Amino acid sequence: MLEAPGRIWAIMAVALAVAVPLFFGSSAHAQEVDAEIFGVLRYEDAETEEDVLVADVEVEISNESGVVGTTTSDEDGRFAVSVTSDGEYTVTLDEDTLPEGVNLRSADNNPLETSVNDGKDRRVLFPLVEGEGGSTSGSGGVSLRRISQLTVEGFKLGLYLAMAAIGLSLIFGTTGLTNFAHAELITFGMLTTYMFNFYGLAAIIGFLAPLPPPFGGGVNLLFAALLGMLSGCALGYLLNRFIFKGARKAGVSLIAQLVMTIGLSILLRYSMLYLFRGGPRTFGDFAAQRALKLGPVELTPKDLVAMALSVVILLGVGSYLQLTRMGKAMRAVADNRELAESTGIDVERVIMLVWVTGGGLAALSGVFFGLDQVKWDFGFRILLLVFAAVTLGGLGTAYGALIGSLIVGLAINLSTLLIDAEVKNMVAFFFLAIILLFRPHGILGRPERVG
Amino acid sequence: MDWGFILERTFSTMFGVEVMVFALAAVGLNVQFGYAGLLNFGQVGFMAVGAYGLGTAISWLGINFWFAILFGVAYSVILGLILGLPTLRLRADYLAIVTIAASEAIRLFVRWRRMKDITGASEGIGEFADPFYDVSPFGVGVRYEFGPFSYLGRDLWVLVVGWTILILTVLFVRRLMSSPWGRAVKAVREDEDAARALGKNAYMFKLQALVLGGVIGGMAGMLQVIQKGSIQPDTFNPVITFTIWAILILGGAGRTWSPIVGAMIYWSAISFLENVLRQLPDGASSNLEDTIGLSDFNISQVRFILVGLGLLLLARYRPQGIFGSREEMALDDR
Repeated sequence: MLEAPGRIWAIMAVALAVAVPLFFGSSAHAQEVDAEIFGVLRYEDAETEEDVLVADVEVEISNESGVVGTTTSDEDGRFAVSVTSDGEYTVTLDEDTLPEGVNLRSADNNPLETSVNDGKDRRVLFPLVEGEGGSTSGSGGVSLRRISQLTVEGFKLGLYLAMAAIGLSLIFGTTGLTNFAHAELITFGMLTTYMFNFYGLAAIIGFLAPLPPPFGGGVNLLFAALLGMLSGCALGYLLNRFIFKGARKAGVSLIAQLVMTIGLSILLRYSMLYLFRGGPRTFGDFAAQRALKLGPVELTPKDLVAMALSVVILLGVGSYLQLTRMGKAMRAVADNRELAESTGIDVERVIMLVWVTGGGLAALSGVFFGLDQVKWDFGFRILLLVFAAVTLGGLGTAYGALIGSLIVGLAINLSTLLIDAEVKNMVAFFFLAIILLFRPHGILGRPERVG
Repeated sequence: MDWGFILERTFSTMFGVEVMVFALAAVGLNVQFGYAGLLNFGQVGFMAVGAYGLGTAISWLGINFWFAILFGVAYSVILGLILGLPTLRLRADYLAIVTIAASEAIRLFVRWRRMKDITGASEGIGEFADPFYDVSPFGVGVRYEFGPFSYLGRDLWVLVVGWTILILTVLFVRRLMSSPWGRAVKAVREDEDAARALGKNAYMFKLQALVLGGVIGGMAGMLQVIQKGSIQPDTFNPVITFTIWAILILGGAGRTWSPIVGAMIYWSAISFLENVLRQLPDGASSNLEDTIGLSDFNISQVRFILVGLGLLLLARYRPQGIFGSREEMALDDR
């Protein structure tokens, strides 16, 4: 009975692994379609806070076989190019044709990669800002409006980080493993969700491609996110079952296991680059939303929903850890493995569930981060933040990871009041150094000797 | 398929610039990890500060090239102290987290827009290495052939200097590790408490090993950018560190010649594989492109996938490396 769920997981996960190369198989069948890639260029005037539409900007759309079309945005800031086949496209904005003083918010977002599926029109988004692109730096001045905006964004970052950090911390607590591959679990959730969003279940089982959604075509982002989370759970299960469980049994030292996670991290990351390619993309739904004004802060509806969802999920995880037998067992194993084992807790089973939960939570965190941008190395770029959060809270404690994440998220965003946004992630490093100097066990960790 | 060409390329790679630079960086890591047991996952950070110490001293401060090398060394020492002082009293994995974070922070810092006047931000620094090539006895554009090997005069000069430094460093490290200092460092690696009980200051020994390894890493960084002729911030990414780790574990950590052996095996395998894949007959290569999407464009990504897989399997099944023995170094807990 105990073995059965494990077997189901394994079958699911193997199916997933076999199917990954089929991602692109399913998109390959070229068919004559009549679709449009379009977008609207606008920025917010800093003084009047009104949207300004940007005309006469050149945009070029190309695919593997070359340039498909070029166009210029009209008076409503709208540009559109017709394409005649499904597939991957690259959209490049000619930055020289932007008006004086208007720039892309992030140079990373040009060119954009997008894909057309089932002949549906596709919208792309080039976020523009007035003034210097790349960052809204310290020059923005300190106003109450800015502080509250940054605080809200800090909470957003903290909440999303927390979902990844809790898994990392629990895995460390239960097995002693410093898992550098956790970042790839975040990216994995993001990319699989993108794939389900565009190709539906055909992303797993290639021959379903000709069927209607949810089998052949893309599914709604919410459903895709659910599938993405399950894929994350499956990957977490697989990594434990086929890599780290064996290593623990064979008595491979923790240092060697740490090196293993680094190898695993490179392996997964570049496999994802190989399959997914380099350019940044956006999910099919909710890509271009207008921000709502809520008092002094602005948030897009998708961020609002995602933040609310992450609070619910974190509360759920918290009560799971606090109230259920398995949650208590997880905390007990994290606290003291030998003692837990001697009270009859099946430690291997707890570790398996920690990996599954951690994988799923990291994948969800990737989905939420992916609302802004989907990219093959996203997880690795925030790995430093996740580690800073976990160390700050105390390695191995679930609630510490939550508190640490919120502090790191807030500190990083509020630091842009003083320094350029470009280097804000460096703040996390200084946090790390200072914590280790004065309180190496973190906020909630036990002050035992760790030398 | 032209096997002669593939083998020639593979052999040339064995004594080429990549092997020299990565072997030297791995010698530094060997001092830190192999002998002292320190988990430095930010070796690329030491390479970066070495390179930028040299480059900024020349282009920003206008200092003579040969004197500027001291700046590269000094910056590496400072980085070693900054990283070591807060972390070396703690459990080993804290150093891993901090060093990996620091190497990324350094990359972000040097490519910061406001550092434009000093580090050249994302464009980096160019045109600083001319004095090095001015003293070269080889013609810059001439191709020199030695049996199966052939190198451009410019590269040959870097190689002669680089390999001399590399061999001297390895001999120095070997001498050092059989000295009383080296034996104390190894004792700290094996059993810190025992070393402390014998009156050794474990913290100081670890700090010295971290700084020494860092300086060697900084020298590797300097040689790399001298050969390239320019400094680009994004070449100093964490994958470099992981490659150095793969090389060291491949050769066997804690062994004198392992960095050079590991680097030779690693880079000749990579070169062999890439050349074979690029030279496949048309039928086979279009077959590969249709089935797994492998093309000229992403062949280099396959290499990183293999590095990752190699590191994973080595750490799991042969933590002592291909030639290592379990007694000396087996990636143990300390």
